Amino acid sequence: MQKSANNRYAYKPSRLDAATAQHILVEVEAFNAEYCAVLDGGQVEMWPEFFTEDAIYRITARENADLGLPVGLVYAEGRNMMHDRAVAINRTQMFAPRYNLHIVTNTRIVDQAENGDIEAEANFLLIETLVESPSTMHLAGRYYDTFVRSGDKLLLKERQVIYHTTILANDLVYPV
Amino acid sequence: MYQSQTVIGQTGATKDLPLSQCVWPEDGLHYIPDWVYASQEVYDLEMQRIFQGDTWNYVALEAEIPNSGDYKRSFVGPVPVVVSRAEDGTIHVFENRCAHRAAEFCRESHGNTNEFVCPYHQWSYTLKGDLQGIPFKRGVNKEGGMPKDFRNADHGLRKLHVTTLNGVIFASYSDKVEPIEEYLSPEILEDFKVVFPGKPLKVLGYYRNELPCNWKMYHENLKDPYHATLLHSFLVVFGLLVAGNKSTMLSDSVHGRHGYMGSAKTEDKYAKVSEDTKKEMRSFHEGLRLRDERFLEYIKEFDSPWSVTMQTIWPNLMVQREMNTLGVRQIVPNGPHSMIMQWTMFGYEDDTEEMTRHRLRQGNLMGPSGFLGLEDNEAMKFVQEGVRRSTTDLNVLKLDSGKVGTSTTLISEASIRAMYQYYRSVMGF
Repeated sequence: MQKSANNRYAYKPSRLDAATAQHILVEVEAFNAEYCAVLDGGQVEMWPEFFTEDAIYRITARENADLGLPVGLVYAEGRNMMHDRAVAINRTQMFAPRYNLHIVTNTRIVDQAENGDIEAEANFLLIETLVESPSTMHLAGRYYDTFVRSGDKLLLKERQVIYHTTILANDLVYPV
Repeated sequence: MYQSQTVIGQTGATKDLPLSQCVWPEDGLHYIPDWVYASQEVYDLEMQRIFQGDTWNYVALEAEIPNSGDYKRSFVGPVPVVVSRAEDGTIHVFENRCAHRAAEFCRESHGNTNEFVCPYHQWSYTLKGDLQGIPFKRGVNKEGGMPKDFRNADHGLRKLHVTTLNGVIFASYSDKVEPIEEYLSPEILEDFKVVFPGKPLKVLGYYRNELPCNWKMYHENLKDPYHATLLHSFLVVFGLLVAGNKSTMLSDSVHGRHGYMGSAKTEDKYAKVSEDTKKEMRSFHEGLRLRDERFLEYIKEFDSPWSVTMQTIWPNLMVQREMNTLGVRQIVPNGPHSMIMQWTMFGYEDDTEEMTRHRLRQGNLMGPSGFLGLEDNEAMKFVQEGVRRSTTDLNVLKLDSGKVGTSTTLISEASIRAMYQYYRSVMGF
């Protein structure tokens, strides 16, 4: 099943020297901690603020990523689409109440382009807890990110959420 | 097997009835008993009489296995099968079970090969499922090996009947099932050919999820237009479906087992909902507007009065044409309390890059994170939990009472009634 050798999700050695990578790593880890705190805290309408105006956000199965297929479980072109999704979830959608907990780890900085764009990756686990239910491992996968600098902070220009969980338990309500 | 989020894994004995105690309620059109969703014996009989009976089961799209040697794993009912294209271009479906020691030999979800080899003892099979080679068939040094009367021809994989229709592949255990065009019935065939006119498809990707509900609930949900305007506030707020829109809930006129829910979107992006209608819909949210309206655009690409049709093709296929987002959904039953849904989203080979992106954007409506899809999944889970864990045992189907089959109002359960009338004739209830 390890067929990723030629696609954009294949392993790439970091092109940065250790000191530069370490410096950026601290920023990216802080970014991800805030991002997850917003989602885990149930503040989904703040979620689009982590992205640039024209950002791409996609959640898709590893199977699709390996086959180069474009579909997204969630597919947003631009922050406005993310805003619409956040509002729909928060104000109109019917679903059982739940807590989410993101664990993000193994963060690595792959590259920094001349224009300052940062290419980074991290593993995630999404743990879900429903009313009267145990906490379950809902989604496991990896972020493939491009960050840009905006003033003194980072913003996501692209986040590809590639999950390994072949069969999703029922549904995925919130962004990851 | 895999079951999501099960809180209480037990079903009460009053719900998990043996067949001998499964008696349909007296007012049979207007009540469904809980045991159809909860009895293991009923489930087992369904697998035998329905999925392994005189039905055509969706297994794949031809676009997924375009070249000889291409194959993919699939299911007929809960049974794992392999769909393969042989050297001569013909398509074959066989059980994913080695004829020797039962190993599920095909492990990749898809691929290309010139033969199937079971990894356990390396028995090899052709792309048509015939046994071609057995290591040490004649033994070693004249010792061991197969008996003289062992014939490869007697030990092939279990093969199913196969048919295709405009790029869609179906399989059947039955040699008595009618040809696929006839099987679909005239009305369904007509709408099927809207989505599948025979032009090449382009697969856009897959979703797979487990729904902790009985497989029949998925059919019922798409034969239940009543829920669409009530559960799915998204449809209502954005005018995609409002009680009062031009719509139909069609049941096939031959058996009542297939159907489609069709609706025509008005020209306006957002619905105009009368004060009277609003009062009936708790989920209505006035004044909600999208920041990115591209998502709601409907590009007319089909010769059909309907901008949306959701087809239910008995027993395991849903064809989704929600404006411009297209897909097939394959039901894989997984015991009375669970089903796996395999979604294949697609467009057409001749789509422009922009049309593909439009389909992907609109795809946010459907699937396990779709604005409509996730609400259905949640609701069906709630129903299965209620069925398993309660002391009462009847579902009430009285909307548009007495009517069976196609209805022109959304406030009707006539199509669900038609499905159960057919179901009872097959199951002997």
